[in-house]
Amino acid sequence: MSSISLKQHHNNMLSSQKMDQTKTTHNQDLNFKATELRLGLPGSESPERTTMKNMVAGAKRGFLEVDFVKNGEFFGEKKNHDSSKQPSDQDSVAASKAQVVGWPPIRSFRKNSMAAKHTKNEDDPKEETGSNCVYVKVSMDGAPYLRKVDLKMYSSYSDLSSALEKMFSSFTLGQYGANGVPARKWSSESPLMGLLNGSEYVLTYEDKDGDLMLVGDVPWDMFTGSCKRMRIMKSSDAIGLGKS
Amino acid sequence: MDPNKKRVDSLFPDEVLERVLSLITTHKDRSSISLVSKSWYNAERWSRRHVFIGNCYSVSPQIVAKRFPNIRSVTIKGKPRFSDFNLVPDDWGADVFPWLSVFATVYPFLEELRLKRMVVSDESLEFLATKFVGFRNLSLMSCDGFSTDGLKAVATHCKNLTELDIQENGIEDLGGHWLSCFPESLTSLEILNFASLNSEVSFDALEKLVSRCKSLRVLKVNRNISLDQLQKLLLHAPQLMELGTGTFMQELVSGPLTELKNAFSNCKNLLTLSGLWDATPLYLPVIYPACARLTFLNLSYATLRSVELANLLAHCKSLRRLWLLDTVGDKGLEAVGSCCPLLEELRVFPADPFDEEMNLGVTEVGFISVSRGCPKLHYTLYFCRQMTNSAVVAVAQNCPDFTHFRLCIMTPGQPDYITKEPMDEGFGAIVKTCTKIQRLAVSGLLTDRTFEYIGKYAKNLETLSVAFAGSSDLGMEYVLGCPKLRKLEIRDCPFGNAALLSGLMKYESMRSLWMSACNVTMNGCRVLAKQRPMLNVEVIKDEESDDSQAHKVYVYRTVAGPRRDAPPFVLTL
Repeated sequence: MSSISLKQHHNNMLSSQKMDQTKTTHNQDLNFKATELRLGLPGSESPERTTMKNMVAGAKRGFLEVDFVKNGEFFGEKKNHDSSKQPSDQDSVAASKAQVVGWPPIRSFRKNSMAAKHTKNEDDPKEETGSNCVYVKVSMDGAPYLRKVDLKMYSSYSDLSSALEKMFSSFTLGQYGANGVPARKWSSESPLMGLLNGSEYVLTYEDKDGDLMLVGDVPWDMFTGSCKRMRIMKSSDAIGLGKS
Repeated sequence: MDPNKKRVDSLFPDEVLERVLSLITTHKDRSSISLVSKSWYNAERWSRRHVFIGNCYSVSPQIVAKRFPNIRSVTIKGKPRFSDFNLVPDDWGADVFPWLSVFATVYPFLEELRLKRMVVSDESLEFLATKFVGFRNLSLMSCDGFSTDGLKAVATHCKNLTELDIQENGIEDLGGHWLSCFPESLTSLEILNFASLNSEVSFDALEKLVSRCKSLRVLKVNRNISLDQLQKLLLHAPQLMELGTGTFMQELVSGPLTELKNAFSNCKNLLTLSGLWDATPLYLPVIYPACARLTFLNLSYATLRSVELANLLAHCKSLRRLWLLDTVGDKGLEAVGSCCPLLEELRVFPADPFDEEMNLGVTEVGFISVSRGCPKLHYTLYFCRQMTNSAVVAVAQNCPDFTHFRLCIMTPGQPDYITKEPMDEGFGAIVKTCTKIQRLAVSGLLTDRTFEYIGKYAKNLETLSVAFAGSSDLGMEYVLGCPKLRKLEIRDCPFGNAALLSGLMKYESMRSLWMSACNVTMNGCRVLAKQRPMLNVEVIKDEESDDSQAHKVYVYRTVAGPRRDAPPFVLTL
């Protein structure tokens, strides 16, 4: 068999092989193929036929076709299709970063475990029991034991505060107002005022940097990303944290 | 036993033959036996207790039931292996239920079921738990389709359960309540593995279960079990032979570590240790007392650095199998080479397979160090970002006994990073020097020459995995010449119809062929299917691919005919 020089092989790598059913591919025909200037992987379809799909985590049908080879690196590129199955922009861009489906060959369980590791800091008390749970401890001054809540279960401060109210109401003397906390956007004023109005307590949290903060100062999403644990503090201890 | 089976001309009475044959356990031997003569065939089929089905579509449950009347244990494998890497769509098939419904009639005394890559629904698990009174051993690996509710059914109804082994499945985790469903009367458990389940179980229920199952020898808990809890479990079960710990780190050191260390020291039978999630230098030393006896240490979920590993391995003289994360680096592998002379198996997994910036991992240097210190190495799975031919050649020479050589250079098509040559000579050396090679996974830049070497030298090769390699059809043609080839899986290679059809006479002697993202067309597949009616030639259609292309092809021998349960996107030609 004819030996293939590295350069020829490199050309082969860079050329897409046309799907021609009538021609049989013999080794001797390689030169013909090699002179075609196309982009694509050996074995990949020519560009006009390749598609790009959404590589949604956990969705086995979505996958990303690799279109280009460049200096031995692989990366996909987003293409526009009129198909109604158009993947969402965000996911496509995320998926196109040098990822070929099923490569390297690592099972899902291991991939997910590694992913969970990286979103976790070494020293923080926050735990992730699954890929989508953010459990933080909630303590209340004077209460005999702590509770744990999954921040991902709530979509806003008002959700969280009603849940906490239910959890900790047994530890207070009914000083929480019966009225529900009005839904409002985050503001510099604590949105838990309704809950804690007139009570002796203030809801605080410890953030990524270890600082004690007043709950409600930052947008909800930022809060869930930076909150490590919460503490329902006595107002008398919380002087200086915010408006009370 | 049926008197019609007695043959006057047989040398042995059938009862004697059956008694003798019952001592033969491997299915390869039993297959050979069944071919000797009709009476031997019958004696074999009556005495067989365990049946292994490597491809669930190669045979039907009815055919199995007809041939083997007395089965107590079944192993079934379903989806093609590349389904582990998301290359097979959901709903492809491999449902276990059709098997269970036949077994319920024919093998009501079924005791053991071991499934790999099968679809198992909660209904199937409930069916299994309720229809098979003496059921004892359940092992599910890489299966999907069930939730923890299915496990509840098993825990509740299987009164004599000895094994529940749930590994790496696509399971819907609805919570840890299933474990609390084991009744107080259940004391028979010997193997319990729920390491890959995410939800927290009731520790109280677990502790009680462990303390009343005196024969428990394998316990692998999940990450939620803390060190304190582990200590309690070890106190109840010092007889354990295999242990998978939970998290190996906690915020507050609640008690002196000496107690935990003693707990490990008391486990005199411990041979296997795994789990060790989040293990840090602070806590790792508690296992040292148990290390001298360990034969298998799975550190593939512990992000250890080289120094921590070296300190640990200094205690592990008896190690035969070691799984690591590449965070240990080449220096860590150097420690492996110097501390573990009895090592037979090494697997190194990448901590950051998709992000090169994070950590270089291991290289050819570490590979060579291990091979120098561990001449008995015969199994390796090695993920790396750079490799050289000379390193692979050296490894082959240092460890000529390789039976399983799986090298994954993570960037597709990457050459020898020093010489820029293809990795042909490296893999060539492996097949030339390691004559016992049974399983091979190749990677990096490879021309047809690699396959020429494989075809020429790998006389014992049974399984071959190829990705992003080869230059022409010849590559695949070469490897189809391997006399013992049974499983061939190929992705993203320039092999077309000529290559596919060159195996026309070969595929019936193989279990299966998988080809995806190659150059095979529908016409090529049709030709194959027409010429070989004993094969199922299946094409998995892609939504947006060209109709004439056969994007994913799965070819396998079968006595069951074409699939009757194929979803619309699987075309049997």
